[in-house]
Amino acid sequence: MRLEAENVRFRYHKKQAWVLKDLDFGVEQGECVGLLAPSGYGKTTLAMLLAGYLAPSEGEILLDGIPLSTKGVCPVQLICQHPEHAVNPRWRLRKVLEESGEIQEEMLASLGIEKEWLNRFPRELSGGELQRFCAARALMSNPAFLICDEISTMLDVITQAQIWNKICDEAQKRNMGVVVITHNLPLAERICKKIIRLDIIHNDNSFPF
Amino acid sequence: MNLAGHKKSFHKKGFNQRTKAVILSVILAILMLVIYAFGFLISEKAVGTDVLNAKRPPSWAHPFGTDNLGRDLLMRTLKGLSVSMTVGFVASCISAVIAVLIGIAAAMGSKLMDGIINWVIDLMMGIPHTVFIILISFSLGRGLKGLLVGIAATHWTSLARLIRGEVLQLRGQHYIAVSRRLGKSSGWILGHHLLPHLAPQFMVGLILMFPHAILHEASISFLGYGLPPEQPAIGIILAESMRYLSSGMWWMAVFPGLLLVLIVLLIDRLGENLRTVIDPYSAQE
Repeated sequence: MRLEAENVRFRYHKKQAWVLKDLDFGVEQGECVGLLAPSGYGKTTLAMLLAGYLAPSEGEILLDGIPLSTKGVCPVQLICQHPEHAVNPRWRLRKVLEESGEIQEEMLASLGIEKEWLNRFPRELSGGELQRFCAARALMSNPAFLICDEISTMLDVITQAQIWNKICDEAQKRNMGVVVITHNLPLAERICKKIIRLDIIHNDNSFPF
Repeated sequence: MNLAGHKKSFHKKGFNQRTKAVILSVILAILMLVIYAFGFLISEKAVGTDVLNAKRPPSWAHPFGTDNLGRDLLMRTLKGLSVSMTVGFVASCISAVIAVLIGIAAAMGSKLMDGIINWVIDLMMGIPHTVFIILISFSLGRGLKGLLVGIAATHWTSLARLIRGEVLQLRGQHYIAVSRRLGKSSGWILGHHLLPHLAPQFMVGLILMFPHAILHEASISFLGYGLPPEQPAIGIILAESMRYLSSGMWWMAVFPGLLLVLIVLLIDRLGENLRTVIDPYSAQE
């Protein structure tokens, strides 16, 4: 299986400048690709496009040559930078997890999620604790590809290590493709076989930066 | 160590605020139900006329005094309150449901629909409620039906606008998008994400509408376009008492009025407590 962005152009509004222009990008199943670029180069936008949160203005996002479907459980899942925005503040975390299927005890244990947290509301957990839930939720839906958009930027190193270990383990076990978006070059070098610099492949001269 | 000890004592403290709020809400709700049921169960005989005892000031036999026809005012007020509560409750429930439906329709539908709904809301808000209720009530032949329709049709506007804003804001939330990518249908998202978020707004809106509706019912009946004069509604009692107020018979207006205020305050307190229970931000307090 291969996840591709083919000639993708994107802008948030018809009167605004292009955020992404004629971008080609691809990940193979089982591959771990790092995606680096300075701020403002459309990393998050690309992540949203790849996971189907946004539709490209031109071009296509293809999964094995077929455009990404908007219905059903998406085989490409996204973990975003701000876990507190990704969970319903009125739900207990048990329900947050159950949104992507039955709770897997083993998953909770390996991400360091304590059972007691399941009965709490998101406000009663820290960002790092919430991010583990977001990772668990994304993994529990059994995706073929996982997009990690700066998921560990605001976490302490122990939590970072714990989450990345789990994601790498699962990726290996299930032959899952992972896109790691980060500013942290050493981290990308450690976990990714391939690193793509969005600012370098983006050789379009009219780009504003 | 110290922290753990602190945590333990915190949990041992007995009732937390949430539990207290639940208990208080239940007590208030039961109290309202008792007042309602009591008023409903009072026989016609207890509020019958007794001309020999007319215009008596408050006493042990008649704690609220009696009116110009010798009817016991306590009984009559309680009966009136239960009528007013029925009208207020039914009308504000209908109104709140209309508000939620229209609010969601405005937020989820097309831009044109949103524009039309907002225009109608502006129009409705521009007409004074009382005038509008009188018009509707009058054209439907007054009485309970006219009053109910009138109040229900006029009170939904501000809540509908609030719900519309809330839904618009919720629609942009990231967790709703996550839910969609996890394969959830629009109906599921409406039922599990949107409606629980709207429930507190709905509750507070409903409860704020309730006294408003009761007071409108009273004022419309007072003006003679609402309930018929033989019905012991609070508006009718207050309208009657006006005629005797200048001759020093204060109890006819004061006690029914006080009881009306008391009920309104009880409803308000009930609303506050419910909000504490529903609000996740105070869950562990």
